[in-house]
Amino acid sequence: MTDQLYHERIVALAKARTGDGRLTAPERTAQRDNPLCGDRISLDLTLDAAGRIAALGHKVRGCLLCQASASVLSAVAVGRDADGVAALRADAEAALAGQGGGAYEAFAPVAAHKSRHECVLLPLQALTDAIVSRQ
Amino acid sequence: MSFDHSGLRAQFPILNAGPGPLHYLDNGASAQTPQAVLDAVLAYETTARANAHRGVHRLAEAATDAYEGARAEVARFLNTPVDEIVFAGGCTAAINLVAHSFGATLKPGDRVLVSELEHHSNIVPWQMLRDRAGIELDALPVTEDGRIDLGALPRLLTERTKLVALAHVSNVTGAALDVPEVAAAARAVGARVLLDGAQRAPHGPLDLPALGVDFYVFSGHKAYGPNGIGVLWARAELLEAMPPFLGGGSMIGRVTLARTTWAPPPRRFEAGTPPIGPAVGLGAACHWMASLDWSAVASHEMSLVQRLLDGLGEVPGARIFGPAGLQRRYPVVSFLLDGVHPHDVAQTLDGFGVAVRAGHHCAQPLMERFDLDGTTRASLAPYNDASDIDALLKGVAHAVRTLR
Repeated sequence: MTDQLYHERIVALAKARTGDGRLTAPERTAQRDNPLCGDRISLDLTLDAAGRIAALGHKVRGCLLCQASASVLSAVAVGRDADGVAALRADAEAALAGQGGGAYEAFAPVAAHKSRHECVLLPLQALTDAIVSRQ
Repeated sequence: MSFDHSGLRAQFPILNAGPGPLHYLDNGASAQTPQAVLDAVLAYETTARANAHRGVHRLAEAATDAYEGARAEVARFLNTPVDEIVFAGGCTAAINLVAHSFGATLKPGDRVLVSELEHHSNIVPWQMLRDRAGIELDALPVTEDGRIDLGALPRLLTERTKLVALAHVSNVTGAALDVPEVAAAARAVGARVLLDGAQRAPHGPLDLPALGVDFYVFSGHKAYGPNGIGVLWARAELLEAMPPFLGGGSMIGRVTLARTTWAPPPRRFEAGTPPIGPAVGLGAACHWMASLDWSAVASHEMSLVQRLLDGLGEVPGARIFGPAGLQRRYPVVSFLLDGVHPHDVAQTLDGFGVAVRAGHHCAQPLMERFDLDGTTRASLAPYNDASDIDALLKGVAHAVRTLR
């Protein structure tokens, strides 16, 4: 069961650390903590003239699932506006409900581990905070 | 020395309930419950369930006897007068009670001294008191091997310090406090001492008056008892001088619409219908603990700690966070694996039937002090054996192989 959770693709996503590193001149910044486990993500964005994500960087202090989730998000977030981010979050929630999941399909085995759902959602919560904030 | 380990283990139904083997090493979060405790709670609920200290009917008398009998068992376990035992909802509730009731006797500018390794339950109530009452809060630092640094006492313990509130045993590192040194230093400046005994009480009877402290708290569910019950012990003169925390039934002398007088302790601090069933269970747990040969149990537990320390010592990139040896420690062991997050270690161990805790252990200031994301923690009880440690080590090796 644990090996299903930490399957090859999810481990590879975490190790890739896509998007790792803070932006030097972010227009939007958000930080999210998971008070239960202490995981933390700091996430920076720049936006284009239409309000779409132009660049994204993050720093994760968290588990493998949180790292993998941040990598997925970093790979597909550029070009999305707030609605696009909401759609991405819907994909993650679908994966955690065992119902597909689009870009988050690799997280399907996490569906059986409710205590780890927040690990996957934390980067998306930070991204949502950043894109909807007025800074 | 030895004791009937297999006989003791057989007293815990959940350990053999399946599916698969259970290597339960999360006792520091919540210990398991022996049949004797389950039987006591069931007997109360099926033969004596009523409200305590209220009715005159047969069941009401039986409920009162059961509740007060539990208080007497706890007092025997702690070697204290029975009227100095206050039942609370848990360890957190007990500390909050002291923070409100003893805290009400403090003045702006008075100081409370905690440490950097305290559980949040022994930090946050004092921060709330600080913000409410204008007291000051100080914190003793922690040594590199996870002990409270008592070398800082002369600097931080002053004549303005009214209370020193420390963990008897760290819930993260397992380090045991040098209580006589703290008690003597506190006494020299007229400060009271509160010990958070959540991680110490599950390891055998105590002699609280001889410890030289003033308040002691522990949780039922970590001491083989039910959830929803905990204990505050305080010296009689302190309880007598403290105003109540919660108001309601039972804690009163007389109520008029103009004013209310308080019941004497311990009832002054037990407003409303008490958790009678959980108290009965905790009384049975104290009775059960008192029946064990703790010298033999401690030898057994410490041999398992040594096995764990030795095994982790052979894992590349593994590091113990806490005392490296067996001196002045209890069987709580935190460790780190380079390149593998504690939550992923714990999740992997679950696949091997091993239950541990991972994360900040409600000790975020300690994690911040050492710049840690968290630790993986194995916390032992008398029913653990070598197979539990070996299963953990097997799981750790797997985590290193697959996740690093």
